This record gives sequence, C-alpha cells and structure tokens, in this order.
Amino acid sequence: MPELNLTSAPAHLRHGSSIGQPLTRRDGVLKVKGQATYAADNHPPGMLFAVIAVSSIAHGRVTSLDVAAAKRHPGVVDVMTPDHKPELAIDPEIKTNPFVFRMEVLQSNEVRYANQPIAVVIAETLEAATEGAVLLAPRYEILPALVGLDAGESYVPPVVGVGNPAENHHGDVAAGLASADKQIDATYETPAQYHNAMEPHAIVAHWNGDNLQIDMPTQGLMLSLARVAELFGVAHDNIHIRSPFLGGGFGSKGLMAGPPALGIMAAKLAGRPVKLVLRREQMYGPVGHRAPTRQRLRIGADAEGRLTALDHHARTVSSTFDDFYEPAADASHTLYAAPAIRTSHDAVRVNTGTPLFMRAPGEATGSIALESAIDEMAWACGMDPLAFRLKNYAEVEPITGKPFSSKALRACYDQGAARFGWAERSLQPRQMRDDAGLLVGWGMGTATFPALMFQAEARATIRRDGSGAMEIGAHDMGQGAWTALAQIAADAVGLDIDRVNFKAGTSDLPDAGIAGGSAHTATAGAAIHSAGAAVIAKLADLATNDERSPLFGAGNTGVIARDGRLIRRDDEGRSESYAGILARAGVAEVEARGTGAPNPAAMEEYAMHAHGAVFAEVKVDPELGQIRVTRMVGAFAAGRIVNPHLVKSQLFGGMIWGQSFALHEEAITDRRSGRIMNANLGEYHIPVNADVPPLDVITVEEHDPHVNALGIKGVGEIGITGSAGAVANAVWHATGVRVRRFPIRIEDLLTQT
Amino acid sequence: MKQFDYVRPATVAEAVAAAAQPGATYLAAGTNLLDLMKGNVSRPDRLVDVTHLDGLDGIEHLADGSLRIGALVSNADLAHDAEFAKTYPAVAEALLSGASAQLRNAATVGGNLLQRTRCAYFYDTASRCNKREPGSGCDARDGENRTHAVLGWSESCIATHPSDFCVPLLALDAIIEIEGPKGRREIALDELHRLPGNTPERESALEPGDLIVAVRLPPAARGFAAHARYLKVRERTSYAFAIVSAAAALRIENGKIAEARLALGGVAAKPWRARAAEDVLKGVAPTADAFQEAAWRALTDAKPSGDNAYKIELARRIVVRALTLAAAGTPARIPALPASPFASTSGAIHA
Ligand SMILES: Cc1cc2nc3c(=O)[nH]c(=O)nc-3n(C[C@H](O)[C@H](O)[C@H](O)COP(=O)(O)OP(=O)(O)OC[C@H]3O[C@@H](n4cnc5c(N)ncnc54)[C@H](O)[C@@H]3O)c2cc1C
Ligand code: SF4
Repeated sequence: MPELNLTSAPAHLRHGSSIGQPLTRRDGVLKVKGQATYAADNHPPGMLFAVIAVSSIAHGRVTSLDVAAAKRHPGVVDVMTPDHKPELAIDPEIKTNPFVFRMEVLQSNEVRYANQPIAVVIAETLEAATEGAVLLAPRYEILPALVGLDAGESYVPPVVGVGNPAENHHGDVAAGLASADKQIDATYETPAQYHNAMEPHAIVAHWNGDNLQIDMPTQGLMLSLARVAELFGVAHDNIHIRSPFLGGGFGSKGLMAGPPALGIMAAKLAGRPVKLVLRREQMYGPVGHRAPTRQRLRIGADAEGRLTALDHHARTVSSTFDDFYEPAADASHTLYAAPAIRTSHDAVRVNTGTPLFMRAPGEATGSIALESAIDEMAWACGMDPLAFRLKNYAEVEPITGKPFSSKALRACYDQGAARFGWAERSLQPRQMRDDAGLLVGWGMGTATFPALMFQAEARATIRRDGSGAMEIGAHDMGQGAWTALAQIAADAVGLDIDRVNFKAGTSDLPDAGIAGGSAHTATAGAAIHSAGAAVIAKLADLATNDERSPLFGAGNTGVIARDGRLIRRDDEGRSESYAGILARAGVAEVEARGTGAPNPAAMEEYAMHAHGAVFAEVKVDPELGQIRVTRMVGAFAAGRIVNPHLVKSQLFGGMIWGQSFALHEEAITDRRSGRIMNANLGEYHIPVNADVPPLDVITVEEHDPHVNALGIKGVGEIGITGSAGAVANAVWHATGVRVRRFPIRIEDLLTQT
Repeated sequence: MKQFDYVRPATVAEAVAAAAQPGATYLAAGTNLLDLMKGNVSRPDRLVDVTHLDGLDGIEHLADGSLRIGALVSNADLAHDAEFAKTYPAVAEALLSGASAQLRNAATVGGNLLQRTRCAYFYDTASRCNKREPGSGCDARDGENRTHAVLGWSESCIATHPSDFCVPLLALDAIIEIEGPKGRREIALDELHRLPGNTPERESALEPGDLIVAVRLPPAARGFAAHARYLKVRERTSYAFAIVSAAAALRIENGKIAEARLALGGVAAKPWRARAAEDVLKGVAPTADAFQEAAWRALTDAKPSGDNAYKIELARRIVVRALTLAAAGTPARIPALPASPFASTSGAIHA
C-alpha cells in the first residue's frame, strides 16, 4: 500500500494548538476520490475469491453437501468443508481469554444458528464461487429452534457486559417501593438489532510461507493479531494486519469472528491469496448483534416527586454455545438519585449467533427503558419531565456513592432546554397540533456513558529536519482518528500538524488497544500525549545539558515545546529549534515511547461518566399513526473536545441512531425457524435522509482533571442514549399513547383517533 | 450466479420470439429481477434484455385524448414530465413516493407493473412458498405477516403487490398494450394481476413471451386532474413500501361528486379497485360522512390473514384521508414528500 498522504488542505493549516480545532477529516479527500484502500480493495496477484455458504436452519446438523456439483462448476477451485480444511493450531471452541468468542470455522457439521458458515467455496471469480455455494445444496437434520425471550428456562448469567455483576443493589428497594406515594411498574421490549456497518466484513489473506499478510477491517488490531496467531500457530512477528480504514464497525469488528478466520484458512488451503467478503445478509449471524431485551422497571416516588426506589430487571438472550449478556439494567446505576436501587439480569439461550457489543451495549437498550419509565413516573407525579429529572439529580453516583470526576449535566439540561424551547411544553399529552393538524409532542431523555480507558502505547520521534513522527496502531472507523489523534500528536510534540508524520492502522505499530467503549481517543490520545512528552524530555535533555545551547541549565525551570522549538519556561526569549538541537548533538533523531492506561486510584475515588440531555419533537398523524421526528437538540458534556467538528458528527450519528432505535430498527425473526426475515437494508429499516430532522448539538464545556491527562471523555456512543428515550417520550406526549415495545409501530398508535 | 444466456434482440418481434422459449424472462432495468436472481429466487435460463428496443421509451398524446406511455420510460422521467404530472397528478405523486431517486431513475414502467411481491418468505428460498414453488406451502400464513394481505387472499398465498404506480393507474382505468407470440392485444390493468386462488404462481394474465409495450390512460382519465391524490402510509418517511396506500380521484361538478375513483395498494395480490366505494360517492356532496361510508364499503370484504387486522382499520382511515385530500384539490406542485401524511409539513426538502 502506498504511504498515505493525509496532508490537510491549506485552508486548515493552523499554527499552535491543534487540539480544539475543528479540522475536517484529513482522509476525506482520499475517501471522496475513492483512493482510500479498504480491505476489499486489495487484489494481490493470483488472488482467488471465497464465498461462504451459510445454514438456512437455526438448529440441527448438515447431513450432506453436494461438493462434487460445486467443484464441477467452471472456475471453482476448491470447497472447504468440515472434512476438507487446514487444521487449526487450537480448538476454536476454547476461550483462551474473556475477549475470545466461539466461532464457527467448520469444526463440525453442527448448526447452532441461521446464517452460520457451513462451507466455503473458493474460485477464480466471485461469480463462480457464488454459484458454487448455491450448488452445494445443503441438506439438514433439523432440530427445533429456540427463538425469543421465552425460549426456555431462564438463568442468571455469571456476568453481564464486560465483567459486570448480573445483580447489584444499594439501599432497601422493597421498603422504598412500599413507602412510595406514587409507583409505576412497566415492562419494555427492545428487539434484536444488527450493526450493519456500511462496509461488510471482509478479508484478503495472503500466506507467504509462514508469513501471513492480512487486510481486514478491525477495531482491535492486536487482539485480532493475537487470535490469528493462536488459531494458526504463527508467531506474532510473522503476521501483518492492515486496517487503515473501516467503513464502520460499531462493535462488530472488535473481536475476531469466524468469517475472517475462514478467509485465512481458505488461503492456506488454496495456497494462493484469497478474498472473502460477507454478503449483507450473511452479516446477520456470525458477526454479532445487539440482543433483544425485556425490561421491567418498578419505580417509586414520594409526594414531592423524589425517587424512593428504582428496580430495573432485564431479560436478555445469549447463544446456545457462548456468553454475552446485554447489560441493559446497568443503565440505572448512575443517573437518578434514588436512595434504593436494584438492577438484575436473567437470560435464556436461543439459536442465534452470539450477541455482542453494539454501539452503546446495554446503555442504549437500558436507556430507552429507563428514560421512558422516568417519563412515566414524572407524569404519575404530575411533574414536568425536566423538573422531575432535576429533582432527582444525582450529586454523587447513586449506586456507589462516589463523587463524579466531573458532571456538567445541569448545564446540559439548561442549555438544551433553552435552545429547544422546552419551557413552552404542555404537561398534558396530546395538546399540541401544527397548522396541518398533525399531533406534536415534545420529549426528553438524559444521556450518559462511562468514561473508559484501556491500554495503549505510542512511539514518538523528532527528526533532524525538525519534523516529527507519531506511530500508533490506532483505528479509524470513520470517526476521524486519522485527524483527532494527529491533532493530539501535533500538540504532544509541539509541531504543526503537517510537520508530524502520523502513522496508524497497521499491526506493526505500537498497540493502541481497541477502538471501542468510546475510549479510543482518550486511550490512544493519552499514549500519544505521554510519548510526545517523553520525546520532548529527551530532546530537552540534549539541550539543557549542553552549554552551547541557549537552553543550557534550564533543566530545573523546564522548557516548553512549541512550533518546533524548545522554549525556556521562565524566559520565552531563549529558545532553540529541534533541528538545531539535534544537529549540534549529531544525532539523526530522538525517539521515545509512552503509554495510556486507566488510573486505578482515580477510578477508586471517582465515578467517571459523560452526560447529556436530548430534547426531541415528533409529529404524528392523528388518524394514520405515521411518525416523523421534526427536531432534536442534544447538549452533551464529555470533557475536552479534541475536534468539535468530528465530535458533532459523532453526536449527530448517535442521535440518529437513537431515533432509529425508537422508531425503526428491528431484526424480524421468524418465530418458528429462527431465521431473520429482513436481513437486507431495504427491509431492515434505519432512518433515511427524509427521516432525519434538523439536529442541533451543543457541546457543553467541561474540565475533568481525573479521567486522563487530557481530560477526554468519549463521544462515540453517548448520542444514542437519551435520544432513543427522548423520541419515545415525544411520541407519548404527541399521542397520549405509551408504547413500551420498540420500535414503535404504526399499529401501536391506531388505538384512538 | 447461475449461468444464463443473455440476448439483446433488435426488434419487438425478435424479443417476443426469444422470450417465448421456456425458462426465458424479460430483463428491463433489473432493479427487481437481478435482486431476485442474486438471491436465487429467480433462476432464468435466458434473459431477454428489452432496454435497447426502439420506440418503447416515448410518452405520446393520442388524438382521442389518450396518453400512451412506452414500457421503457423510466419511473423518474415519467414522474418529472411536467405535462404528465399536471394531467395525472396522483400517478406522478405515486411514482415519486416509491423506492429511491436512484431506483426511479433506472426502473421502467413495464418493470414496475410486473415487480414481484416483497413477501419475505418468497425471498427466503429456505421457506415454503407456493408462489416460488407451487404446492410447497405458505410459511407466511402462520409467520411474520403483519404487512400481508387483507383482501383477496387465499390459504395458498397472502402476499401483496407492492407497486405504488399501479394504484392510481388502476383508479384511472389504465389499459395495458401487449405484444405476444399471437400478436398484439390489450387488457385492462385490472385484469393484468391475478388474485392467488390456488395458483399463486400465476401472477398475471401474461403468457410466455408476452411483452408489455405500453400503458395507456384513456381520455376520461384527464377529467380528474383537479382532484387527485395518492396517499401512502409507511414505516419511514421515504424509501419504504406502503403498509397501505390509496389513490383517490374525483370529478366534482357544482359541489357534487360527479364521478369518483378509488384504489388501494398494499392490501392484496393486486392493486385493489374499490368500485363499491366509488358507487356510493357518485352524485353526493364531498362530505366527511360520505367518505366514511365509502371507506366502509371499500373494506367490507377485508379480513386479516395474520397479525394484520390493523391494516383494515388503517385502510379505512387512509381512504377517508385520500378522499378528503382529493376533494380539497390537487396542490399546485407535487409536495416535497410525495404521498406522505407529512406532505404538508413545511421545510421538507427530501423525497
Ligand atoms: C430497495 C427497493 C425499494 C423499492 N421501493 C419501492 C416502492 O416503495 N414502491 C414501488 O412501487 N416500488 C418499489 N421498488 C420496486 C421498483 O419499483 C421495481 O423494482 C421497478 O419498478 C422494476 O422495474 P425494472 O425496470 O427494474 O424491472 P425489472 O427488475 O427489470 O423487471 C421486473 C419484472 O418485470 C418483467 N418485465 C419488465 N419489463 C417488462 C415488459 N416490458 N414486459 C413484460 N415483462 C417485463 C421482468 O421480466 C421481471 O419479471 C423498490 C425496489 C427496491 C429494490
Ligand atoms: S404469502 Fe405467497 S409469496 Fe408469501 S410465502 Fe406465502 S405463498 Fe409465498
């Protein structure tokens, strides 16, 4: 791959501090011109095409495959089946660490969910491989499929999400409910949803003896590399993964799934490079999804509208063979100051691909239920929903009693409500109409997402020509890492952004952790920041210890790095250029590494979360029940905003996703077969342009000295939370009909005219 | 993909001869057919590409006041023909409410009429489907069927016809011109699509080799221009098929309805003409009561085929609304959100 040229257009050149500047994406021009090389754009010489055949049953066994017919098809080179495949170094069913998910790589003819890979056809052309897969005409022994939230005996999972306890409590919930003046007891349902990144999962795998070259979109280069290494018994150093651009991931490209592993196996079997790309409908199975939930909320409040108890139970599902539990009820831990809180989960096993992290896992599902229930409680108390939320504002994290590291939620409420005009809202539902007679409703929701940190490492270099380099195996999923992290890098080494060669997206660079949990900018940013500080310290050592330098002896007072110069902190008149320091020292470059990691002491002391408030207006046709969101305002406080332009885009995307959650998204599963009946973007509805209203995002100023050195909280996921509930609450306010099953459908609103 | 022959005939006669062979299918823009082929739902042996035939892409005004639309005119070109949109506003509105701009640019008039059902079980080759595989059964009947038919369905098949375009065309008594192995003939649009009965695989009156060459709107269709609307309720503002839709066209003289036309979409295996409703409107004033009565008449025979009883009530409400909108008069311009309940929302810029 040619060196990426990400130089920004001259209009964006800025000197001085890069952080905080609204730079447009530096890879934008490449993408617009079609020059950004996504995984499937690679075509090494001799490459073959692999197409997966997937099961059409959800449970049972493959009893026959017409391999001969597939092989007879012109162009078909080989057919990989459980009987004919390269051996793996380890059993793919073994979970070598908690971030390993069981995958189907033809280890048996057992079928555990619909769309499970059951064979791979390898051919000279995509067309031949595709037809070969059809000619396999699989036959099955079909066993009854477990489908839906009541599929079987429920159990309490050992943990939910990533290592969270399934049950949590604080205070006496029973007493709180008993003493309440007003109570609600409401059950909400959310459907299975699929990530549906624009770019399907794809891999181009190329074996060269023991060396393995992989092009594949991944949100976790090193996690993927480690998994490939153990599956294929190859040394880490012999594997090179390139993932410079992802066409979205949303969690589905975080952990190595079966299909890319099958691509690597196919390349090994064929002895030639192989490309394997999932078809859209094949993404509804082996690469994760958001599990459905049924959530019961029981809430009590006293006569003044103060919460007395909050009980949030979530039922979810996992696959029959692995464990991932949507931590939906955990959404109730942090937002509202109930003296007694209980959250709990149970689950049933169904014939589905294992659920996985999907943008705001748990937070999104939990938020729409919690925010709906809070709205119902406010109404039961006869209170404005914002006043009710303010009355129950949590000054400390309710479930733990810890202070917040920072929390500008009050300002979010204030600024969002002012911009939206919330004060004009009628308390009663079904009071507002527009000129055309459409029902108008206003709803709100509180947004929250934890400010997480993972582990990352970066390498910084200052070169003799005065330029710098920053290397980190970071991931750009479209969120703008090429830009935002380069901004942090520029400031870290005191250079203009175009003087820093920022490298990311390949596995030979220092480990950037994963792009997930809305923590990538914070984690990779912290590593970059510390690598920059370390390299500047080395440079400063060279200068301050050299009596020929104007900075000689400044060791104690220190120097600052700006515009390619080190400047004496106490006397800005005395400075020296990086180039000058290195030239005199006679070294070509100085290099240093830095790390980003969570701070256990701070985490022990503080609760760390981003917050926000979302206000939505919907219009509903009073007779026909069709809904349209017409306005949304979101005010978010997420610590330091590295790039306001990119942050707004993230928040817009999240708010649209929230709307999608409330009104559109649903995988329709056949109740008998367990097959997904709308596995395509024509029928799996997400908002289209005409659905997306004017969106207004306010980023509220917030300084957080505790989350990390840069004060960054994530913005990737929080936009969904709050938004989904705001839209649902607006539908209630417009119609007076409380729908507790999402997405809200037309028939739900036809009950009255 | 399965190997198939591709032929590109030079004349209509050659096309008809080529398509009369068993296993042959016409290919127009392919926006429906190619999807079906990729999904292995349709596996033709031969594609007869008609898109290069001469003389099928014109819009002609005939001396008797009819309008003749060539089968290859694109959905977009037809909808954006200013004269057409003015004379047959409900048809233009219906076209613009369908699919997406990209699809409308490609999709043809003939292909739109003959597009297949969107029943998910028809698309899913692992499901039993009498339409796809006669006699295999119907997995929709007890499956996920909240968008299926409420009129004219049978135990063999409960699918709906998804076209928007067909609905106002039917209301306006469109005529289909066919060129076939036995020569030229024409039929009423109402006779083109068949109800499933015991043979849901037989979807239309066309015989092998029959090529639709044009759609004709008779002179009387011009008489409704002042009061014609299409209304489509769907699950998002654009780019979704109708849950239920209706085309209403009125000729109003001296404050009374001289003639009413009403057709429903998304309710049956064919676009559904509601003649009984039309009859009760003839000669009466365009009042809410009259429209309610018409709505009841239109749905008298409706019955749920699954989790879709709501569609019957929704259809009644849509009939009332479409008639009300039509009575209020055709808007000077097609709304930015064509056929949408939100058509009147100001500030809408997308379709
Ligand atoms: C994502 C998506 C969304 C859509 N949404 C809508 C919607 O909201 N409303 C709506 O109405 N439609 C919608 N459509 C359907 C679209 O309108 C049809 O696909 C299109 O009109 C078909 O036209 P075509 O020229 O591409 O036909 P093709 O796909 O080429 O052909 C369709 C069928 O017609 C036959 N055929 C074509 N021309 C002739 C002819 N002249 N004589 C005889 N047989 C012929 C073909 O053999 C084939 O069986 C949607 C389609 C897609 C893919
Ligand atoms: S409703 Fe018709 S198209 Fe759908 S599965 Fe049944 S027979 Fe097939």
